[in-house]
Amino acid sequence: MLGRTASSLFWMSRYFERAQNVSRLLEVACRGAIISHSGQEDGTHWTFALTCSGCEGDFQQRYDELNARNLTNFLVFSKENPSSIRNCLELGRNNARAVRTGITAELWEAINTTWIEFTDVNPQSVTQEKLPDFLAFVNQRAHLFRGALLNTILRDDGYFFSQMGNFVERADNTARILDTHYWTLLPDNDIIEDGSLDRYQWSAILRALSGRRSYRFAYPNARLKAFNIAEFLILRTEMPRSLAHCYDWMADTAEDLAQFYGSREPSLDMAAEISRDLTEKQMDEIYHQGLHDFLTDFIGKNNLFAHQLSEDYNFA
Amino acid sequence: MADARTFFNEMLDEAGKPRQPYARLAKWLADKPANFLSKKGRDAETIFRRLGITFAVYGAEEATERLIPFDPIPRIISASEWRRLSAGIDQRVRALNAFLHDIYHRQEILRAGRIPSDLILQNEAFLPEMAGFTPARKVYAHIIGTDLVRVSENEFYVLEDNTRTPSGVSYMLENRETMMRLFPELFQTHHVAAVEQYPESLQQTLESVAPDPSKSEQTIVVLTPGIYNSAYFEHAFLADSMGVELVEGRDLFVDAGHVYMRTTREPKQVDVIYRRIDDAFLDPLTFNPDSMLGVPGLFDAYRAGNVTICNAPGTGIADDKAIYAYVPDIIEFYTGQKPILNNVPTWNCSRKDDLAYVLDNLEDIVVKEVHGSGGYGMLIGPTASKREIAEFRKVLETNPSNYIAQPTLALSACPTHVASGVAPRHVDLRPYVLIGDQVRITPGGLTRVALKKGSLVVNSSQGGGTKDTWVLED
Repeated sequence: MLGRTASSLFWMSRYFERAQNVSRLLEVACRGAIISHSGQEDGTHWTFALTCSGCEGDFQQRYDELNARNLTNFLVFSKENPSSIRNCLELGRNNARAVRTGITAELWEAINTTWIEFTDVNPQSVTQEKLPDFLAFVNQRAHLFRGALLNTILRDDGYFFSQMGNFVERADNTARILDTHYWTLLPDNDIIEDGSLDRYQWSAILRALSGRRSYRFAYPNARLKAFNIAEFLILRTEMPRSLAHCYDWMADTAEDLAQFYGSREPSLDMAAEISRDLTEKQMDEIYHQGLHDFLTDFIGKNNLFAHQLSEDYNFA
Repeated sequence: MADARTFFNEMLDEAGKPRQPYARLAKWLADKPANFLSKKGRDAETIFRRLGITFAVYGAEEATERLIPFDPIPRIISASEWRRLSAGIDQRVRALNAFLHDIYHRQEILRAGRIPSDLILQNEAFLPEMAGFTPARKVYAHIIGTDLVRVSENEFYVLEDNTRTPSGVSYMLENRETMMRLFPELFQTHHVAAVEQYPESLQQTLESVAPDPSKSEQTIVVLTPGIYNSAYFEHAFLADSMGVELVEGRDLFVDAGHVYMRTTREPKQVDVIYRRIDDAFLDPLTFNPDSMLGVPGLFDAYRAGNVTICNAPGTGIADDKAIYAYVPDIIEFYTGQKPILNNVPTWNCSRKDDLAYVLDNLEDIVVKEVHGSGGYGMLIGPTASKREIAEFRKVLETNPSNYIAQPTLALSACPTHVASGVAPRHVDLRPYVLIGDQVRITPGGLTRVALKKGSLVVNSSQGGGTKDTWVLED
């Protein structure tokens, strides 16, 4: 396989994962804005989405006011914001186009029709009222992408690189959302009032990582607690967006790659080591180290892993 | 030559009765309700859009990927018509390859005075770097698209030879697939010669010209400029249907005289490159030093006989518009036979007498740039405004040797689905020819149709569409 093909498959998956993550952040904000009795001033919800997206600086340079219209333009339709849903879908599709020969017709159609339907929409027509439906469309298309990929693609090196891209992005997203709100997740925060800002943010974090319902199953009878939420999203492998799950998947994929090529490159050992570390760790240790330090460290390691992978396999 | 207004109608004779090859289709069309074709046309568009069968339009800001309009009514060619056409094409492509070998070696045709030496040696499309080099099987142009037009029952002309990197073959294949999905019943009542073998024939052709044909497995690649190229879909399509890698210049490198592709593991040696980039961009060390698309050192590896490039560098001289007028001489010189297919009479504006005639008759003729393509930079006298003609006259007078001119041909017309129903529209035909261990001509080819009433410009970049082309079997 060409190094460039490996790179395109990696980035194709990364961009679709990112499109879905951005769309989920906005969904959470929309929901918050609709529930007027949440006692928060309107801006809070949009601020949550913007800080989690990690492009606050960019936004402030371009817009005077943080409101639904501006944030929708910026996170969904903007050509200037490199991580807007529009750019993610376009770049994802460009990467897919570059490897048309390496992906299935079903996968290509899922990607291509998504782009066609997305670009058929006039951004001005997506008002705050229509935004949730539109985001649901993006979300479903991202699921369609992943479903088509999992159901049709050969389990060879191309598949392995696509999985690496998918889960590097997901791990990065989860870690960043936790890190932008790490103080609300400190254990001494557990004694807080119903209806407080922190309680809203706990719930928003879980929703942004589609874990609001599954949290209930993972912690029966448990009310929302900072300790549990942090543990759920960092260490519980059964949570498909937790850091532990992401690296569980990548460590398996690394093993598959090593077998496929009959040799083990440094990046594969990195994935295995990060995964082992997450499996063995306890929440207490993480709090002891400092949650913010732990997350910053993790984001750095995740980036290093992606970089090493691209070196090891000649991503162009 | 006939006036453009009294064109040959391929379906209906002078009495308005269907000609023999169209008999069944005409009846089938007549039986269909008025909106039938509109619906089928929309179905086809949906298929093309979903599959991403698009081409890019340069210079257009929005919607740079566009669909080529697809006309759902097939163009039909009878078995006997096709036999004559394919014999003519076969003769022509063999002669052009013999010509290429000659001008890059002994240049007998120049010594014999059949073509003025300057026309070759001073031509930009002539590559002195190719002199003395003999590619595998002496084949230079492996893939040719011969553009034909029809002007009457038995008169076909060759408009252009396209010996560089002819495109459109993916449309020929996808048009057929789409027609079979839209109208399966028509394929039961017509014995249509298959085209689906093209990718396999292409692969056999490319393998047959590998540097070392005894190797059990040849590594073939398709070299593309990338996803922004207008024909990118086709590059991916061909690589995919042959099951070979689609590479960009940056995926290849030359080491110790051999060409390799960068893979996730060990570099892999490449035997045959089906390149879809122009000569000038192939190798920045030999040609355009600014090229970001090419592969440094590729040409040396080629000359060392370690890799085959298809088509060979320097084949452009064979489809140069200034050389075109000499192709009948070329055929006679190398085959000793009369050409089966005729050239369109051509005035070479570099000749004084020809230029005078052209300037006097701009309103009635077509003037083309010698190196132009895609319908850009040309003047169609009969449809041009007075101002356009005046402006073109100035350009032509400043640089006459850059132009050739031809009479306005009365292109034949085929039934085409238009807003008002079914109406005749002008068409041309590009059959695809493969030359390697043998000459393989896919029956039919790509029919391009000018969708605007009365228009003679069939280029997709100028709003032309395409049709599935059927060669009936006896």
